Amino acid sequence: MDRTTIDLWVGIFVALGVAALFGLAMKVGNLTSSQIGATYNVTAAFENIGGLKARAPVKSAGVLVGRVENIQFDSKTYEAQVTLAIDTHYEFPKDTFANIYTAGLLGEQYIGLDPGGDEAMLKNGDKISHTQDAVVLEKLISQFLYSKASETDEKKESK
Amino acid sequence: MLNRLNRTLRGIGHRVIDRIWRLGRASRFFLSTLVLSGESFRRLHLTIREMYFTGVLSLIIIMVSALFVGMVLGLQGYNTLQKYGSSDAIGVLVALSLVRELGPVVTALLFAGRAGTAITAEIGLMKATEQLSAMEMMAVNPIARVVAPRFWAGVISMPFLAALFSMVGVFGGYLVAVPLIGVDEGAFWSQMQSSVDFHEDIVNGVIKSCVFGVVCTIIALFEGYDAPPTAEGVSRATTRTVVNSSLAVLGLDFVLTSFMLN
Repeated sequence: MDRTTIDLWVGIFVALGVAALFGLAMKVGNLTSSQIGATYNVTAAFENIGGLKARAPVKSAGVLVGRVENIQFDSKTYEAQVTLAIDTHYEFPKDTFANIYTAGLLGEQYIGLDPGGDEAMLKNGDKISHTQDAVVLEKLISQFLYSKASETDEKKESK
Repeated sequence: MLNRLNRTLRGIGHRVIDRIWRLGRASRFFLSTLVLSGESFRRLHLTIREMYFTGVLSLIIIMVSALFVGMVLGLQGYNTLQKYGSSDAIGVLVALSLVRELGPVVTALLFAGRAGTAITAEIGLMKATEQLSAMEMMAVNPIARVVAPRFWAGVISMPFLAALFSMVGVFGGYLVAVPLIGVDEGAFWSQMQSSVDFHEDIVNGVIKSCVFGVVCTIIALFEGYDAPPTAEGVSRATTRTVVNSSLAVLGLDFVLTSFMLN
C-alpha cells in the first residue's frame, strides 16, 4: 500500500480516537452539565456535616448553583468549616439558610440553600450564619427509641 | 537424595538469575528505545506506517468486541438492577465499568493478542533472517530504525483504541437498554452524565491506557528482539508476549486502580 493511503487511514484512525475521547467527555462524562464558570466563596459552619464531601453539589430550589470547595475542622469552635464555591451568576441574600440534605434515602449528601429576605447580598468571603446540620440516621433512631421508652415508662407510672 | 536436592536448588537459582538478567536487559532495551526515539519523530512516516499496522488494523476487533461487551453489560446489569427497582441506573453501570476498567484493560489484552504478537513475530523473524545485523553493518541502529517507531506507534494508538472501546461499549449498552429493554432514554443518559466524572473516571482511564500501551508494546518489542534466531525461538517469544503482557496489564491495573481510588 502506498504512503498516502496509509496516511489517510491513520488520519481517520486518529480522528476517530479523538472523537471518541471528545464524545466520552461530552456525552458520557459530566464536563458539560456540571461546569460552573467563575465562582465566589462563602463559608458556613456546621456542627455535624454527616457524609458531606468536597465537590458535593450546592443546590437552590433543586438547581445546581455551586460546589463544596473545602471542608475543615475548626479546633476553636469544634465545628466544621465548609467553604462553598457559588457561581457568580447567582446571588443570595445575607440571611440565606444552608441545610445539608440527602439525595434520596441512601444517596449522596448535598447543601441546599434556602434564600431569606435580606436586601444585602452575600459577597466573596462572607459567612452564612443560619445553618442546619445533616440528619444522622442513627441519632434519629436512638432519639425515637428513647422517646418510646420514656413514654412506656410514663404509662407504667401513671397506672 | 542430597544430590537431587542440590540439583533442584541449583535449577531454581539458575532460573531466578536468568529472569533478573532478562529484566535488566529489558530495562536497558527500554531506556535505549526512549533515548533513540528522536528518529521516529524526525521520520514520521515510519511511525505512521506502524500506526497503520498496530492501530488501524486493530480497529475492527476492538470495536466488535466493545459492542458485545457493552451489550452483555447492559443485559447483565439490567437483570440485577431490576431486582432493586433501579434499572434506570444501568447507564451509570455500563459507563463506569467501561470507562474505568474494561475499556483500558480489555483493549490492552486484545492489543497484546492482535498487535503485540505481530510485532514480536516480525522483529523475531527480522533477527532470525539477519536483517537487524545487516542494518548494523550499514551503520543504521536497528533500535532507532525498527524498534522506536513501533514503540511510539503502540503508545499513541492504545489510548485512542481504549477511548473507542469505551464509546462503542456505551453505545452497545445503550442499544440493549433503551430500544431492546425499554429503559427511559433520558434517564439512561442523564444518570450516566451525573455520575461519570471527567477527571476521576475518564482522565484516569486514559492514563491507564497510556501506561498499558507502553507496557504492552515494550514487552512485545523486547520479546522479539531477544528471541533466539530460530523458528522455535520466535514461536516461544510470541507466546511469551501474550502471557507476559496479559499478566503485566492485569497486575498493573490493580496497582494503578489502588493509587487512583485513594
